[in-house]
Amino acid sequence: MENQMLSIGPHTFKSRLLLGTGKFPNFEVQKEAVEVSETEVLTFAVRRMNIFEPHQPNFLEMLDLEKYTLLPNTAGAATAEEAVRIARLAKASGLCDMIKVEVIGDAKTLLPDPLETVKACEILLEEDFIVLPYISDDVLLAKRLQQLGVHAVMPGASPIGSGQGIINPLNLSFIIEQASVPVIVDAGIGSPSDAAYAMELGADGVLLNTAVSGAKLPIQMAQAMKLAIEAGRLGFEAGRIPAKKYATSSSPMDGMITI
Amino acid sequence: MKLLVNGQSIEIAQPQVTVQNMLEHFSLSNKIVVVEVDEQIVDKTQYSQFRLQDGAKIELVHFVGGG
Repeated sequence: MENQMLSIGPHTFKSRLLLGTGKFPNFEVQKEAVEVSETEVLTFAVRRMNIFEPHQPNFLEMLDLEKYTLLPNTAGAATAEEAVRIARLAKASGLCDMIKVEVIGDAKTLLPDPLETVKACEILLEEDFIVLPYISDDVLLAKRLQQLGVHAVMPGASPIGSGQGIINPLNLSFIIEQASVPVIVDAGIGSPSDAAYAMELGADGVLLNTAVSGAKLPIQMAQAMKLAIEAGRLGFEAGRIPAKKYATSSSPMDGMITI
Repeated sequence: MKLLVNGQSIEIAQPQVTVQNMLEHFSLSNKIVVVEVDEQIVDKTQYSQFRLQDGAKIELVHFVGGG
């Protein structure tokens, strides 16, 4: 019973699916996808307003903010200083205290810079943010960040938006094994089975965006992801059988009618 | 008064401009927006008091879709 909720810092969530809000085809589809996903956490980026078109529709304004916890990201930051600046801007909205620390070190791979990430986390923890760093699947980096006091770690399954799924289940399982905070697999999820796999490995949650927003039918995919994450978590808690080399019959040997 | 807003040079006719005046000028006073002036965030409660200086570098940011 106690494992039914996902706890991150002071927040608890029923859903283990965290959803990104980027690159949806339109707001109507996005709204419905968010709803069927049953997510309770939505990520956002912090960007300049269009001062020449102030009445452009904005997705955040279409949401019932009572239903969701906002998780702004520091996407765009290449240094700890930039990430901290973005985080402070996000917090100043008064709408959120959680921050996804995303400090990208390379434009092609969009892989996070571990040193700048650590620096940013140190500063933001001092300023009482609820800190969720996006990292590569580096086990020791996860450990160091936990020691700093981050509220969750978010290792990537594969590069952002690549849909490759989990390319290094071994490292992910090591991170999960030693975790003292929730592990949210974030980035690279492509299919529902990827999301289920993450949960079967023991992850506490999955954050995905392109897997849903870029799908042919985002609303259906949102539902599929919700079910996959529930199934994966249930399967993990149910305790799977070990994989064996040779067969073990499922039917009894006694009473066979054949000689 | 000349202001640099979101990277654009803007001319505002009045000589005395508060952050609140500026937001109203851009029809943003009812929006979810965060204001940074010369790299310092201005608290919402100070919008009507905070006077902008000529040449101030302003960032008006909000939340958009992102992963």
